[in-house]
Amino acid sequence: MSAWKKHEVFEKNSLVLLVGILIMVAIGGLVEIAPLFYLKSTIEKAEGMRPYTPLELAGRNIYIREGCYVCHSQMVRPMRDELERYGHYSLAAESMYDHPFQWGSKRTGPDLARVGNKYSDDWHVEHLKDPRSVVPASIMPGYPFLAENKLNVRDISEHLTVNTVVGVPYTEEQIANAQADVLGQASPDTDAAYAFEERYPNSVIRDFDSNPGEVTEMDALVAYLQVLGTMVDFSIYDDQANAR
Amino acid sequence: MAQNKAKMISLEEGGFALFLVLLAFACIIVAGKTFDQVMAFHAGIGALIAAVSVFIIFKKYFDDGGEPIPQEIDGKPNYNIGPVKFGSVAAMFWGIAGFTVGLVIALQLAFPALNFDLPWTNFGRLRPLHTSAVIFAFGGNVLLATSMYVVQRTSRVRMPGKILPWFVIVGYNAFILIAGTGYLLGATQSKEYAEPEWYADLWLTIVWVCYLLLFLGTLWKRKEPHIYVANWFYLAFIVTIAMLHITNNLTIPVSIYSTKSYIVWSGVQDAMVQWWYGHNAVGFFLTAGFLAIMYYFIPKRADRPVYSYRLSIVHFWALIFIYIWAGPHHLHYTALPQWASTLGATFSIILWMPSWGGMINGLMTLSGAWDKLRTDPVLRMMVVSVAFYGMSTFEGPLMSLRAVNSLSHYTDWTIGHVHSGALGWVGYISFGALYCLIPWLWNKKSLYSLKLVNWHFWLSTLGIVLYITSMWVSGIMQGLMWRAYDTLGFLEYSFVETVEAMHPFYIIRAMGGALFVIGALIMAYNLWMTVRHGEAEEAGTTPAGSLAAAE
Repeated sequence: MSAWKKHEVFEKNSLVLLVGILIMVAIGGLVEIAPLFYLKSTIEKAEGMRPYTPLELAGRNIYIREGCYVCHSQMVRPMRDELERYGHYSLAAESMYDHPFQWGSKRTGPDLARVGNKYSDDWHVEHLKDPRSVVPASIMPGYPFLAENKLNVRDISEHLTVNTVVGVPYTEEQIANAQADVLGQASPDTDAAYAFEERYPNSVIRDFDSNPGEVTEMDALVAYLQVLGTMVDFSIYDDQANAR
Repeated sequence: MAQNKAKMISLEEGGFALFLVLLAFACIIVAGKTFDQVMAFHAGIGALIAAVSVFIIFKKYFDDGGEPIPQEIDGKPNYNIGPVKFGSVAAMFWGIAGFTVGLVIALQLAFPALNFDLPWTNFGRLRPLHTSAVIFAFGGNVLLATSMYVVQRTSRVRMPGKILPWFVIVGYNAFILIAGTGYLLGATQSKEYAEPEWYADLWLTIVWVCYLLLFLGTLWKRKEPHIYVANWFYLAFIVTIAMLHITNNLTIPVSIYSTKSYIVWSGVQDAMVQWWYGHNAVGFFLTAGFLAIMYYFIPKRADRPVYSYRLSIVHFWALIFIYIWAGPHHLHYTALPQWASTLGATFSIILWMPSWGGMINGLMTLSGAWDKLRTDPVLRMMVVSVAFYGMSTFEGPLMSLRAVNSLSHYTDWTIGHVHSGALGWVGYISFGALYCLIPWLWNKKSLYSLKLVNWHFWLSTLGIVLYITSMWVSGIMQGLMWRAYDTLGFLEYSFVETVEAMHPFYIIRAMGGALFVIGALIMAYNLWMTVRHGEAEEAGTTPAGSLAAAE
């Protein structure tokens, strides 16, 4: 009996074929994915990483909703031109609280991993409303409606709760006060802002869209953009210690 | 058993009716209690479709009095072709919709004013609509329709179930509707090619398990001792997509009244899971499934057996084993540990061999029938499709090399590569299959016009060539501009200068896309005329008889 004849067992039994397929397709994924959960070198030790504030998280959800990831990566590669154009290469640690990750796969527009603090809030607001008013050759769509939409924070506490379920370390106090903290971060020099500052020490408090009356989707998105890549202080980060 | 209780509603009909009634009520409750307008809209659609389906189940039952459907008529299997017809028509519809959205977003990149600055029309929401419409709506319906057809024919038996096949095909299209409208309204997980939110994913899981059972159920009833090679590929496609879909979509919804959910994976692990999924959506949805089409429709159309039975065995096992490793080549130079991306690239290179083994098996099936390429544009389309398969599976391993990837990644080169596979391979093999299938399903002697097929072929081929060449140029150009330095050692170009440089190529690409859309419209007209005015096949002859087994 030739070896080829033995293949009949798969051709004549659908369940044997099914199990054969399952074994074959399970191996690659197991070998490549499982170690990432226990190899300690997978995520570097970097100081400064904190969960997003409720306003930043809401902004991140708008970033996702509008499909920004379709044209903007958030992953600086360790090549000379990228380091000069965007800054320090991205660390795995910098997206450890990202559910889901936003590394992207295409740069129709520039990388945004370190866009935080590069431009003023006003620039971002103008650029989002009408990209060609500040970058004439831009092909980005305009998002003027963000400045008009009031931010929906009805269930923001539940958003934080679900984040804790998947491993983001929000405290109970942060969850309980999430709604107030959205307002606090966008309303400088108010009691809400001081209370917010106590709960999120390393964050900025600004009226991002220069519209003090209300918290808009524009506030949230700009708050998110302005925090991107700013949590880890690279002047004290040790590349060598985390080399792998 | 069924004969004795002919007047009773069957367990299958009753079960599905009960399930759909419960689903309709659940949807109504969710729609009533949610503050999320998108959720209210989707729950409303769900309730409507479920309620209409229950009505149809009962109407059918009362119309035919619960008589069981004969498994054979005059000693020949009574194939169930209704759902196959539905899937074929849906494929053509979604295909044109998906290609058109692709053309629109191509034009948006050339002329950004076309975004209209509205939420529902901006590129960020339309691009996932395009990718899902062509991959899952067009490709998915082609796969569902052809797999239901092929597994029945090659097993010489009717699919099991009265409701089950309809549940699979209608349920799948309901998923498409929910997913597509969700993108436009801003409900997305942002995981590429897995954008639908948790409730759509859950629904797809139910439909997919039913699909697996339907497929296996047909195999279990089969009258042929051997499972035909196309069915191995279909089975691998169904099982692996289930595994990938579930793992990549493990999310926790904010509440059952909210469209929003958070994925359990984060950062680097999420990236790995995503591209393990993403690349194998290519490997198992767009490759294994369509290889099954190749293994059935090319031999049928060429009237020749598959070139080599042994090569198909090697092709099958090697392809499914190796493909699953290739994902991390999407993450070169990222924060993913290098061992993982190197492993992915290594297997991508090895993958070249089974890919070309499959291509050779498909092309060499024409041995002794090459002359048909001159006279049969449908066969020509399928053969060119296999050639495109060979080309893009050569380009893929090349792009998975770290050095090449450092240039190509993030640029339009990737987009061009994807489209040589998507338009050339998946598109053409699907068109070929539909051109074969429609006359068979509606009992027509032949297509309305082979001349129109010829026009379709040449217009869309020209379109593909314009598309991929313009993307090669713009991608490589942009990659080189990003890393260009002036004599003083500064970056030579700002980012937006590279965007400006791509403008002419975006226009050429859109022209290529327009030709592809025109080709598809010609096809739809041709198929419509075939169904409406085609000459009927004489009774007694089977337009698609059994397939000569290889060897």
